[in-house]
Amino acid sequence: MNPAMIPEGAHPLASTIARFVWLLPLLPLLGFLINGTLAMLGVAKVGPADPSAGHGHAEEHGHGAAHGHDDHGHATRHKFAPIVSLVGPGVLVATFLLASGIFFAMRGVEMEHPYIQTLFAWMPVGDLQLNATLLLDPLSMVMIMVITGVGMLIHVFSVGYMQDDPGYPRYFAYLNLFVFFMLMLVLGGSYPLLFVGWEGVGLCSYLLIGFWFSDKANADAGKKAFIVNRIGDFGFLVAMFLMFANLGTLDVQGVAAKAAELPMGGVIATAIALFLFLGCTGKSAQIPLYVWLPDAMAGPTPVSALIHAATMVTAGVYLVARASGIFSMAPVAQLTVATVGALTAFFAATIGLKQWDIKKVLAYSTVSQLGYMFVGVGVGAYTAGIFHLVTHAFFKALLFLGSGSVIFAMHAAYHATHNHDDAQDMRNMGGLKKHMPVTFYLMWIATLAIAGIPLFSGFFSKDEILSSVFARAHHSTLAESSLLGIPGGTLLLVIYGLGLATALMTAIYMTRMMLYTFHGPNRTGAAEEPHLKEAPWVMTGPLVVLGALAAFGGWLNVPALLGAIGPVGGLEHWLEPVVGEATLRTTLGEPAHLSHSVELMLVSTAIIIAVVGIAFAVWRLKPAALVPKKDAPEATGFDRVLENKYYVDEGYDAAIVQPTVNVSRAVLWKGFDAGIIDGLFVNGSALLARAFGWMGSQLQTGQLGTYAWVLLIGVITLLGAFTFR
Amino acid sequence: MLVEALALSAVLFSIGVVGVLTRRNAIILFMCVELMLNAVNLSFVALSTLYGAAGQVFVVFTMTVAAAEAAVGLAIIIAIFRHVKTVNLQNINLLKG
Amino acid sequence: MNAFLSSINYNAWIVPVLLLLPAIGAVGLWAHALLTAKDPAEKRWREVRVLAFSFFVVEAILSLGLWWSLDPAAAGWQAMVDLPWIPQWGVRFAVGLDGIAMVLVLLTTLMMPLAVLGSWTSIRTKPHAYYANLLILTVGMLGVFCALDLVLFYVMWEIMLVPMYLIIGVWGGERRLYAAIKFFIYTMIGSLLMLVAILYLGAEASRVGGAPNFSYDFILNNVHLDPTTTLWLFGAFALAFAVKVPMFPFHTWLPDAHVEAPTAGSVILAAIMLKMGTFGFIRFALPLFPGAAMNPSVRTLIVALAVIGIVYGALVAMVQPDFKKLVAYSSVSHLGFVMLGVFALTTESMQGALIVNVSHGVSTGALFLLIGMIYERRHTRMIEDYGGIAKVVPIFATLLTIVSLSSIGLPGTNGFIGEFLVLVGSYKTQPVAAVISATVVIIAAVYLLWAVQRIIYQKLAKPENESMQDLNWREIGLLVPLVAAIFWIGIYPKPLLEKTEPAARRLVTYVESAAGKAPVTASNQAR
Repeated sequence: MNPAMIPEGAHPLASTIARFVWLLPLLPLLGFLINGTLAMLGVAKVGPADPSAGHGHAEEHGHGAAHGHDDHGHATRHKFAPIVSLVGPGVLVATFLLASGIFFAMRGVEMEHPYIQTLFAWMPVGDLQLNATLLLDPLSMVMIMVITGVGMLIHVFSVGYMQDDPGYPRYFAYLNLFVFFMLMLVLGGSYPLLFVGWEGVGLCSYLLIGFWFSDKANADAGKKAFIVNRIGDFGFLVAMFLMFANLGTLDVQGVAAKAAELPMGGVIATAIALFLFLGCTGKSAQIPLYVWLPDAMAGPTPVSALIHAATMVTAGVYLVARASGIFSMAPVAQLTVATVGALTAFFAATIGLKQWDIKKVLAYSTVSQLGYMFVGVGVGAYTAGIFHLVTHAFFKALLFLGSGSVIFAMHAAYHATHNHDDAQDMRNMGGLKKHMPVTFYLMWIATLAIAGIPLFSGFFSKDEILSSVFARAHHSTLAESSLLGIPGGTLLLVIYGLGLATALMTAIYMTRMMLYTFHGPNRTGAAEEPHLKEAPWVMTGPLVVLGALAAFGGWLNVPALLGAIGPVGGLEHWLEPVVGEATLRTTLGEPAHLSHSVELMLVSTAIIIAVVGIAFAVWRLKPAALVPKKDAPEATGFDRVLENKYYVDEGYDAAIVQPTVNVSRAVLWKGFDAGIIDGLFVNGSALLARAFGWMGSQLQTGQLGTYAWVLLIGVITLLGAFTFR
Repeated sequence: MLVEALALSAVLFSIGVVGVLTRRNAIILFMCVELMLNAVNLSFVALSTLYGAAGQVFVVFTMTVAAAEAAVGLAIIIAIFRHVKTVNLQNINLLKG
Repeated sequence: MNAFLSSINYNAWIVPVLLLLPAIGAVGLWAHALLTAKDPAEKRWREVRVLAFSFFVVEAILSLGLWWSLDPAAAGWQAMVDLPWIPQWGVRFAVGLDGIAMVLVLLTTLMMPLAVLGSWTSIRTKPHAYYANLLILTVGMLGVFCALDLVLFYVMWEIMLVPMYLIIGVWGGERRLYAAIKFFIYTMIGSLLMLVAILYLGAEASRVGGAPNFSYDFILNNVHLDPTTTLWLFGAFALAFAVKVPMFPFHTWLPDAHVEAPTAGSVILAAIMLKMGTFGFIRFALPLFPGAAMNPSVRTLIVALAVIGIVYGALVAMVQPDFKKLVAYSSVSHLGFVMLGVFALTTESMQGALIVNVSHGVSTGALFLLIGMIYERRHTRMIEDYGGIAKVVPIFATLLTIVSLSSIGLPGTNGFIGEFLVLVGSYKTQPVAAVISATVVIIAAVYLLWAVQRIIYQKLAKPENESMQDLNWREIGLLVPLVAAIFWIGIYPKPLLEKTEPAARRLVTYVESAAGKAPVTASNQAR
């Protein structure tokens, strides 16, 4: 198909440990099967042979309550907990070790072409000869390392966080399954296979958000996530139709090769790219489909860390990078991606300023940072986008896990005193610094990283995105095209401005979160305060590792300006074989270049903004003035609008959800189906037949005499007709 | 001879028809039907001189059927009489649709 | 396997035996009813269900050989048997299979034992008549898939109507008579028009061939009609099949029939009987009248109805309070995909349509079985009467989730493969229809997940549900094959695709070339 493809066996990786790449997804799948079986064994009680013989008996009563989720009850561990604790994180450790092996093998060879492993023929139909193929290249390798590495840490953390949950095996089964699908997503060698992972992670997200399903809000949140994601998936599907109809293949490599032959900025490339991006807005929570992500915080906190911060939600960014061959042919689509990303980043950051739930702050922060990544991949700075994806995975996972250990402590404290207050509301926290010092210091590291303080990881990646935008505003295919009449160059400068504003707000809301949570006096309650304590080592251990990564992750891709501190552009060289061509296409064939002084100016602007943001927050916000949630007054004015997230959910509900349901019920079902088709046509024709029957029946008088007369007349008529015809 | 027999048959048949059409008593009606049957029998017999014995065979058939019919018919009339205490057909319209 | 099958000359006898065995079974049940008339009802019931079940199992085992014995690539009919039946009218007992029919035959023979197991304990009244009806129904359904003589096809088509009418009307729910009569009359109207068309074709055949003849092959190859007649005959066939599919707007019998039918009836209706409509289009309406089927306005009409059915069925399913009705409307939506795939007429979409046919049978069949199981326990189908039962019946909840996800079309399950192929294939010829239909991935998630949530998740609010008992081994056992099929088709559909690919490809090229040969002028006349 594609000349760039070389036979599987001839690839330099074929003789290394990389030939076991199929084991990567298989190991978590195995974990899922084992944990899933244990989960079923733990709860299942096979019913009697004859279910209609009668209903349950009194002794069955309460059987259900014994194994549902109960946030506050049961300090007893699940009977399979030891095996699950071994299998669940165990398969992830094994996967991570294998991934590391493959990583080092890949470092040792020249990765000019991706290593493609064909597993079996999947959908061989007509022109669509689709195989199940795994595609291993530097880009998927980066993702694999993030998924397995961060995934492993979060699995370990979960052992502590979920220890007393009655659904312990089920939790790990879902988590393992998620890793399986996520690996399928990044390893998928064709878009449909990628889509398998894409929808699969959505499924796991659905299951895990609704993990504590007894609560309607949680079940709703899970469903909402799935359905909103499906809107995006519709876009992905249509993109695949377009690819197949116009490019004749759905293979990742094949599509990239064919896309290069399309006309630059043509309708087909633009349409494919835009529909793919619709998929990304769903999965990666961008405007207009971001609404599910904040609700997704209903799931257990490690899930939020793994799925809704570090890995799954970044799949859209990965997809844009993966399809860079198409996107780089469609500057209009690229501008759309960058614009949507910038708007999302800005918009979500404003909401993040006023949230009280610690996880909601982080959720909106995630939406905002994802917007940043899309700005990066949107302007064709794929390395910058992926770089921010990686560093974000480190510091956001750390923030979520840190918030998890805070919530864990709060929960334990409230549980000890049988208080039912909100364990996630920052107004109920405060002064946790002295109770949870490890968490406190680590979360500050992450906060500095996300705020963009120099030498912490986030600084490097954010700066790279911003400077890429700035550079492309002057010299790129984007600058030459336009979106909705706005010239690309201007638009990019606006995006750059939005990026700076977002960075400022990021620094503010993150500092706000830290101040309210850890600083000032404690507001948990006098009785509860003595019960607040640091989480066990199994939880803080992963935090420490993530803290190191969040602090030093920037060394992956040091900018030339800071060449003194480490190797310059490590990630950029690593990803060059995958996205290099597309990047150059956007930058008109020469590497994006900014003069030293301009770059210095950009960097200092970013640093100043971060510092100002933090300083402003420290100056303006007084944690001592805060009152616990139950005593807090209602917010007013614009604060209230922000606290209610601009009423977007309500708007969607009123504009889309309710009308659809009501029209379906009143017009389509009751009106058309039951009314017109059934009422008018079906029962109507029956009624018509009955009416004719009634008319006929009126001829039957019941008088024998009448019948005899009619008979006689009939006979005479017939006789006459035959005689005189 | 044939003409007279057929004429008699026609007269008898007409009497039967008129009786069926005008009378209201079920028994009389019944007798009129018998009269019509026998009128037809008469023409069968008469015509058998021209067309062979088949006509006479048919007469036997007709009489058999008439006998059966009489039995069933009278039984129905009695059943109806038990039900509505009359055999006047004007008062009976069980066949009304 | 192949050597063994040919050593027993399997292909020569298998189809008549498959048709005969259930008939013998029905007689056997009748004999049992007579012989055991004096036994206690409980004992008779226990015996007769085992007896009937064993007939279905033998039937299923016998039919399995078809998977190996048929060569899907071979051009002609296979396992063909052609015997004189009514010589005066030229009607023959001609049966045979191709890849498409074989898959449906296997679906039938394999679903039937599961359907019987599904109503293992719930049907206690008049068990002999019930199981005899199921057996006769099997004869009719298999006959439809095998028949190669139009009169034989018509007879089989009508044969299956009666037992289904009785199953709904006698063993159904509260409004069973309304549903049964609606089902019967709806289907009858369509099929009578089809009979007229068949007789017309027979008359034409006898004019061309000099002797009365209803042979499918003969008519296919020798009867050439003028465009207007083609259009009329196609319409008659299409109406019969459209009612059966059911296509919008002929679908309203389906929700009623499904809701009122006993579990086995719903399963068979969904899994097999609806497939006869689509099979009819594939086997008869398209190849016999390619001119009409490819007529742009006819094609646009059918594709439009299919798309309306897809979206409309999904939207109406969303607001149903009755779970069985919800699934019934979702069937309208799924079968719309099949019709879209068939009339988009590309190899991919045709193959996708065939996969949706099978996977809808598996998934929706399983859904109806699951509904039957909780209905047996709680005697309600209303979604609002449940809630939170995942806690008391975790096995049920797990299976319901898996089956629902496959019905939604989650990748990795059968639903995805079919829908994806249909849409990807249809986009080539019917892009607008494909894109509109693709929106159903969203609505499908809405209606099923919403229902699933209200049934198994949320708070366990109703005290009646607290003592619900989980599935027993019989119920688990009968769902396991279906779940296995869900994943098999979802992950490795190649074996299945291989069986139908040559036939699908042949059909597409035949219809295209046949329609091309006689350029249709009828479209102008039709206006």
